[in-house]
Amino acid sequence: MATRIDVLKTYKIFIGGKFPRTESGRFYQLKNGKTPIANVCLSSRKDLRNAVVAARGAFEKWAGATAYNRSQILYRMAEMMEGRKEQFTAELMSQGMEKNKANQEVMKSIDRVIYFAGWSDKINQVFGSVNPVATSHFNFSSLEPMGVVGLIAPENTGLLGLVSTLCPIIISGNCGVVLASEKYPLSSITLAEVIATSDVPGGVVNILTGKKDELVSHLAKHMDVNAIYLASNGEFKKQIQEDAIQNLKRIIIRDNDSWDDEDHEHPYAIADFMETKTTWHPIEIISGSGSGY
Amino acid sequence: MQTFVSPKVDKVGIEDRVNRITKRSIKKKAKLEGLKMALNMVDLTTLEGMDTTNKVTQMCYKAQHLHDEFPNLPTVAAVCVYPNFVKIAVDALNGSGIKVASVATAFPSGHSSLDVKITDTKMAVDYGAHEVDMVISRGKFHMGDYNYVYDEIAAIKEACGKSVRLKVILETGELGNLDNVRLASDIAIAAGADFIKTSTGKIKPAATLPVTLVMLEAIKDHYYKTGEMIGMKPAGGISNAKLALHYLIMVKETLGVKWLDNHWFRFGASSLANDLLMQIMKQSTGAYQSANYFSKD
Repeated sequence: MATRIDVLKTYKIFIGGKFPRTESGRFYQLKNGKTPIANVCLSSRKDLRNAVVAARGAFEKWAGATAYNRSQILYRMAEMMEGRKEQFTAELMSQGMEKNKANQEVMKSIDRVIYFAGWSDKINQVFGSVNPVATSHFNFSSLEPMGVVGLIAPENTGLLGLVSTLCPIIISGNCGVVLASEKYPLSSITLAEVIATSDVPGGVVNILTGKKDELVSHLAKHMDVNAIYLASNGEFKKQIQEDAIQNLKRIIIRDNDSWDDEDHEHPYAIADFMETKTTWHPIEIISGSGSGY
Repeated sequence: MQTFVSPKVDKVGIEDRVNRITKRSIKKKAKLEGLKMALNMVDLTTLEGMDTTNKVTQMCYKAQHLHDEFPNLPTVAAVCVYPNFVKIAVDALNGSGIKVASVATAFPSGHSSLDVKITDTKMAVDYGAHEVDMVISRGKFHMGDYNYVYDEIAAIKEACGKSVRLKVILETGELGNLDNVRLASDIAIAAGADFIKTSTGKIKPAATLPVTLVMLEAIKDHYYKTGEMIGMKPAGGISNAKLALHYLIMVKETLGVKWLDNHWFRFGASSLANDLLMQIMKQSTGAYQSANYFSKD
């Protein structure tokens, strides 16, 4: 019997719910020591443009879904990851991580998705408010998603860093355009496969692999990107803040080397990418008790 | 009685040619010039039942102030409205050089008597329209009554008079196949059309590259025979700059540079102008643009 030839996976990028190759046709070889592991797409600025168009197109529907529904969908994502635990672990190991650590990272990643999924219908109860005003208005503030958020994903962790930064962006109704880790890109593409099969609508998450320094400037200058999450260990800080000036993007910077800690589980990460809307709702004359509602 | 005979269209050949045209790549300076040229060929259009005088004046304002923060932009070629809004548009655009086009002849279906259609046309002309966009009687065309279609176009052309240019809408989405598109183009040109136009924008498919190529070929054959130039206006469904550039390439490669002017080529569109503006800004600033910063109407 002939020896079986392994069928190796082509790691492609993720745009609008589909897995195209980069429009540029370029790629780089990922190695573990001297062993080649995979050919990875070097995304171009046109891929970035397409990703932002896809994200913008998906925004209205995703932001319009109920918080409960978004929560369910992220929970579903965690379920799908659970089913692929071994694949994620093996992939991290192929990129040079030792078994125990890889195992830990995968499990923590799944739990973190669950953590943020739970916040979906609670975030406004914590950050929203009814505000005292001196006129006959019912005045209240609530948080709304911003739109399209560019994420420069953590460089030194392939899966946990990505999940910890991506989930707080999308859970509130934002759509994300992710520049994946250059060193550990494989987990991000496998995560994309999870996302594609978890009822997350196409375009809500878009993941590009490749050289960050080729893309960050175009992302930061893009007028249709509302905010940037820079979680890439201090790289690009100055450049992004200069490039983002034209439409005054909100820039959130977190330089963590590790995302292991439970300290990274907090709702402020979600509120970072939300905008406060305050409504003045006319009511009758305020009653004796001061309450008109 | 005239008989109309048109050459048959090689559908596969047309599609193959279109396919090659869409592979052309224009970059940098040529792209910027192409985008500006396309912008200068747009007929900014509103043809909705919910049109109001304010909507029309607003659109006329936009026609003159496409994106004021970008200096030296060309204006659009014309605005296109229903006949009852022509006077408002003419007043609003006074002195700007932007033309006013009006649809007429029981737009968009074209189902009415010739008398009504002539009155409709005259109303637009009396209000000061520079151009009239008429629809052909597709029903009569499908019944084989080509003479009726021809006579009707000729009668409307007469009602327009000498100074008003007539665009004849074939509504290619209702003609069924490319042979019919070619035949209708030939009839319209023979009957005195100054422009032939693909669609009303109310029927899908509206303008497509293959249909436009067939019509351009009809214009080319007429030009070789008589030396007379006829204009072309694809309308409906052209909403992005890239597609507009494909059209310009097709016009240049089929008819030549003489047609690359808004006197001979137009785009009927409402959302195209904004995409062209966004691409022009992208070319000059280097940053991808957002629709949020461009006026909708």
